[in-house]
Amino acid sequence: MKLRIGHLYPDYLNIYADRGNIAVLSRRAAWRGHDLEVNTLTVGDAVRPGEHDLLYVGGGQDREQALVARDLAAKGDGVHDAVEAGVALLAVCGGYQLLGRSYRDLHGVELPGIGVFPLETVAGQRRMIGDVLLECELEPGVRRTVAGFENHAGRTRLDPGALPLGRVVAGFGNDGESGYEGCRVGRAVGTYLHGPLLPRNPWFADWLLAQAIAHVTGEEPTELPALADDLEADAHAVSARRAETRGGRFS
Amino acid sequence: MPLAAEIAAARAAGRLSRLARAGGGTTVPGKLLWKLDPGAVDRLARRLPLGSALVSATNGKTTTAAMVAEIVGPRVRLAHNRSGANLVSGVASSLLEARGAELGLFEVDEAALSEVAARLQPRALCLGNLFRDQLDRYGELEHVADRWRAAVRDLDRSAALVVNGDDPQVGDLARERPDAVVFGVDDPRRAQPSLQHAADSKYCVRCGTPYEYAAPYVGHLGDYRCPACGHARPPLTVVAREIELRGLDSVSFRLVLPEGAHDVLLHVPGLYNVYNALAAASLARALGATAQEIVEGLDRFGAAFGRFERIAVGDRRLLMLLIKNPAGANEAVRTIADGAAPAIAVIALNDGIADGRDVSWIWDVDFEPLIPTLRRLVATGDRAAELALRFKYGGFDPDAIEVVPSLGRALDRGLELTQAGGELVVLPTYTAMLALRKIVAERGFVRPYWERAA
Repeated sequence: MKLRIGHLYPDYLNIYADRGNIAVLSRRAAWRGHDLEVNTLTVGDAVRPGEHDLLYVGGGQDREQALVARDLAAKGDGVHDAVEAGVALLAVCGGYQLLGRSYRDLHGVELPGIGVFPLETVAGQRRMIGDVLLECELEPGVRRTVAGFENHAGRTRLDPGALPLGRVVAGFGNDGESGYEGCRVGRAVGTYLHGPLLPRNPWFADWLLAQAIAHVTGEEPTELPALADDLEADAHAVSARRAETRGGRFS
Repeated sequence: MPLAAEIAAARAAGRLSRLARAGGGTTVPGKLLWKLDPGAVDRLARRLPLGSALVSATNGKTTTAAMVAEIVGPRVRLAHNRSGANLVSGVASSLLEARGAELGLFEVDEAALSEVAARLQPRALCLGNLFRDQLDRYGELEHVADRWRAAVRDLDRSAALVVNGDDPQVGDLARERPDAVVFGVDDPRRAQPSLQHAADSKYCVRCGTPYEYAAPYVGHLGDYRCPACGHARPPLTVVAREIELRGLDSVSFRLVLPEGAHDVLLHVPGLYNVYNALAAASLARALGATAQEIVEGLDRFGAAFGRFERIAVGDRRLLMLLIKNPAGANEAVRTIADGAAPAIAVIALNDGIADGRDVSWIWDVDFEPLIPTLRRLVATGDRAAELALRFKYGGFDPDAIEVVPSLGRALDRGLELTQAGGELVVLPTYTAMLALRKIVAERGFVRPYWERAA
């Protein structure tokens, strides 16, 4: 099956090795016999209906984020329509913030987001930096862990009733207070976790691929065939241990 | 406590640290002095009759400073933090230990630069490059650039400023200093076909438009111009032309100074070392070195500690190249892929504070040029599995990867896979490099670095 990824702003938002996430999606799709095509959607490109099965937005430094914010506003309707039509989406760190309603920096300047996720972000004085471990329940009754690394000054507050990606076992998460990390709207997930996120959390990569496949088939997502994930399990275990023993720090 | 007593106490602490085998004791005296009296560092520096010169950069500061030491060392007694202890405490330790020194020559951590410069009031400041590096420790590139701007603004008007014009952020620091020495490369034959993935300063520092590169050389270093506002590489004062790369052994180039041009031979490889040599030549020249001293010093230069080392281990050799951030690692990979095309490699990834606790940077490194010839990878260090994943998802056969977290065992395994008389390529991060050197030293093959540094 052919799967189409739209990678938003890879030339601007790539600060935490976002191409690692794309590589994991590509290889794991190929190992199941699927052909994953990656299309760049940068400044000036439109997000057209029906052209993508999965959208990806990475993180950038403040300067790069400001450079793309205006263009993203022009893509806003396209991204909204895609998510409503069941396209899978992963937004990491800066991309996660830009897909909320707004981001207010330390000087009080507000950068509007496109509001795919029901949340707002306000920059705090100190950055929250370190390893993170989450417990997620994306399917009822199936609990799994996600291990990653966070480095953000933004405090993200979800609207009441909004779904997080997971519960923080160790680390800061959205705002260092709520005990939750990330946000989920249907097949769209936003998170602060990089590392990159997917190599050491292959089950989550497969979950995203399953959602993208479901977008193609129009059927309910089904679990993908298992792969040999020993190295991934090792990397996950080390990262999870880091989160539990070293935790995060303010900087 | 009077300064003399503070100095005596701090020096004794350094000796104790070495006696206790706690390490080289390279920063212990400085840390103690720093605790006793932060201002003592300033006063110690003021005792240097020829003042101080500072070198900072994301990549190449240890090598650049070592090259300058080779050039000016025969004529001037130096206080030099050779072992790479480059925070205020490391500078303080070097000042304590180098009795009778005339000139201070210090490599300085990018984030510590503004403080060290404020304390030492250098007579010369050399700024090499800014790449993304250990974002968990340094924060965003812009923040480091802000600190550098402050250091340049506060620099005494009589002090010499040397900048790399090929780096848009760094070259722009000379904007208000028309007397600054600007160095760069001018040899389009050595340009990359396109900007590397990890290139950082791709957008105009003044207006945000993507730069157009007539020639990108290393990462975002090159000959750039903004098509919107016209911000471009400044005119170069010190230039490298006619660069000839000779595998892993050497590189030669034509060093063009305002006074004349000279042929330079470096016994270390790679285009990135041409940048280091340009920085060293420019700084040494600002310190009064003659062209002849520069050419001869660069010719004598070996390699800075742990950056590029060949170590004989029994009947085999180790070729060790430090990797610490995407731009530096890309150059290490390019150099060994061109020069050695290794079939076996040991790559060591640690995640200590000095390595960066966030290991995501390995996904920004272009390791792919190693894959065509590589038959076996020994992944080691605290985050060995993560490194293995980088290669697995880069298209390398996972069955050809051995994950051996213990550095000692990984080294043994790599040597075992290497045939007698052969060379084993080892790419470690900083703390892994220190640990591997210690292991090799304990086996009697290389002296501990604090002995070399003394």
